[in-house]
Amino acid sequence: MSKPLFIRQLLVAGARDTIPMLVGAAPFGVIFGSLAMSAGLPVWAVLLMSLWVFAGSSQFIAIGLLGAGAAMPVIWLTTLVVNLRHALYSASLMRFVRHLSWRWRLALSFWLTDETYAVVQHHYANAENAAHGHWYYLGSCLAMYGNWFFWTVIGVVFGAAFPQLGGWGLDFAMVATFVGIVAPLLRNWPMVATAVVAGGVALIGAHWPYKLGLMAAAGGGVATGMLLSRLLQRGAP
Amino acid sequence: MTLLLTLLGMGLLTWLIRLSFFALGERVTFPAWLIEALRYVPVAVLTAIIAPAVFMPEGPQGAVTLNPYLAGALATGWISWRYQHLLASIACGMLVFAVVRFLFPLF
Repeated sequence: MSKPLFIRQLLVAGARDTIPMLVGAAPFGVIFGSLAMSAGLPVWAVLLMSLWVFAGSSQFIAIGLLGAGAAMPVIWLTTLVVNLRHALYSASLMRFVRHLSWRWRLALSFWLTDETYAVVQHHYANAENAAHGHWYYLGSCLAMYGNWFFWTVIGVVFGAAFPQLGGWGLDFAMVATFVGIVAPLLRNWPMVATAVVAGGVALIGAHWPYKLGLMAAAGGGVATGMLLSRLLQRGAP
Repeated sequence: MTLLLTLLGMGLLTWLIRLSFFALGERVTFPAWLIEALRYVPVAVLTAIIAPAVFMPEGPQGAVTLNPYLAGALATGWISWRYQHLLASIACGMLVFAVVRFLFPLF
């Protein structure tokens, strides 16, 4: 197989496997676009957020903060805390990108979202994909990026026409994909314990500000998994 | 002008967070315990994102409830765990979600 054809297939595969995420993100893009407009933000600012920040939860929170007249450092700090979980994704995928050029790493990191992380780490879980996985990763990135911008524009232009979009349940596509990716991983007790603790803490912390509940859940889950794994090893004859 | 600066800063910070470990390149190696900890990150983080969406679809102020999201998630989870087919599990889950939603339009 020729190299360009191979690369194109990986790009397409990455984008195709991201389709459920695109469906899930669509309503949020529309809601963001329309919400930002109704909050009085200029069109260039709304579009810039989706193109330059490209992080849904922090974009929504920023609308609220800007509307309330919050100071710049406050908005920056909030953005930092809310998006902190992306550092975990960065650490998790690091070994697959460390051999790549600076240009690749800058690009792949810029477009790293929850959704692309889930899809790509699932892809890399298969050892065969380690060498050329960055093309697949890029395909997922570009699909999410174009999709997010497209639906943001739709929200800006048509937002008022779809007031009930949030109630359609399209976000379940993303939930389903995440569940589908996690479920097969729950094959040993440390992993099961990780999921139970992470889920529990996430529910407890669901109302905490700045998505701190999520970070606590991730940290607690990882710690539980490691702890149980060590305990079981020590217990074995 | 402040608005532009605010947005530029938000994006830059977000990029730096995402770049963080990617920037380390090949010079740094992780200690064994950290490599092991990273193995649990996907399950921990994805479950942390799923749990509120599945058990509290009405939002954090709502109680934990039985609902179409939970029904769909259980369907997807079961098929994915048992048959290891991602696309089929997602499709089935969405079907169950739609059906339960249709039957119980309170949601």
